[in-house]
Amino acid sequence: MVTEVAPEPTVETVRRALAEVLDPELPVLSVVDLGIVHSVDVDRHGIRVVILPTFVGCPALDVIRASIADRLAEFGLPVQVDTTFEVPWTSERISAAGRRALAAVGIAPPSEPEAVSCPFCASASVVMDSAFGPTQCRSLYYCRACRQPFEALKAV
Amino acid sequence: MTASRQVADRATPGHNGPNVDGVDELLRSMADDEFVIGFSDSEWTGIAPLLEEDIAISSLAQDELGHAQALYGLLADVTGAADADTLAYDREPAEYRHARLLDHGRGDWAMTIARRYLYETSDAVRLGALTTASWPPLADLVGKLVREERYHLMHVGLWLERLGTTSGEPRDRLLAALDTLGPDSGTVFTPLPGEPALLDAGILARPMAELERDWRAGVVATFETLRLPAPPPTRDPARGRTDHGVPFAWLHGEFTMVRRSDPGATW
Repeated sequence: MVTEVAPEPTVETVRRALAEVLDPELPVLSVVDLGIVHSVDVDRHGIRVVILPTFVGCPALDVIRASIADRLAEFGLPVQVDTTFEVPWTSERISAAGRRALAAVGIAPPSEPEAVSCPFCASASVVMDSAFGPTQCRSLYYCRACRQPFEALKAV
Repeated sequence: MTASRQVADRATPGHNGPNVDGVDELLRSMADDEFVIGFSDSEWTGIAPLLEEDIAISSLAQDELGHAQALYGLLADVTGAADADTLAYDREPAEYRHARLLDHGRGDWAMTIARRYLYETSDAVRLGALTTASWPPLADLVGKLVREERYHLMHVGLWLERLGTTSGEPRDRLLAALDTLGPDSGTVFTPLPGEPALLDAGILARPMAELERDWRAGVVATFETLRLPAPPPTRDPARGRTDHGVPFAWLHGEFTMVRRSDPGATW
């Protein structure tokens, strides 16, 4: 029988674990790819992760906080997840891998409204239907070339 | 860093904020504004004129309520109140300090657009005077709010133009709404009693009266292109954030209803 041994809690192993925590509204992105992990501190008393809310009133924040605490429980230390606005989250914080993952599920990665292109056919002939989509962080677009409606992450 | 650190070091023991008179008034007025307009907008969820607009106004409402929550959070730090919810829900109507611009009831869609336009443009000017606030938690939050409000301005600007340039019922209703809001249009800039201290401490960059002049110049320029009448001067500047009247008493009953049904419950 093989017993899983929890890795030694270090900033690096904790970051690796965080790379497996998915955003509940965009479950193709980890919190690391989304760029919301501001800092990770580890000492023998506990683990502290500070995250940056994407939007001030993001209702997914409590879920994200709980998912992070759950995932890090294996380290056997108290986990504290705090939020800060000290550095504003901006859409540029999404990683290249994160942008590809978004495009793969038909969500245009964030760019200024005039630079958005269709995630299906790559055409730039698109129109914004509404700045406000199904979540606070998304807008609604329509592609004139392939006639598909699609969503784009808001650039903030 | 040095200047802001000094402000933080003067914090009242037990309280986590700058020891500057008027910070609580400022935060309360901003949080109440965002909370009341957010709750009013949320009344359109499910009944907006277009599905797309239903989503947009609901998302806007969610943004504003989120902004209120963050501002109430800072206010709780400053005053030692239990939490944001206590501040949002556990006060009597007379204790709210939102601008009277937001006291006219939901009204029709044109009223919502007129109110949103006057509010969002005012809020943008106010936030502009707080981005360099000497208290870092406020400056950081304001920096974030400005990024989101950009989309709000874009949305309401398009609607104002759409209603203002469509003759007949759309334009008539917009004119009626602007007329009703009339002398309450500029009440976001009601001077705060603690304003001199806020200016001295470098929290607010410029007096409300100056901000109001800037705001009026911007609004008048837009209104002139749409041939809309300029907002009249504030009727009673001393009461711009008090005496909220019957429509707010009703709204207060609505937004506190669930909370009152089981005080102290954990949801």
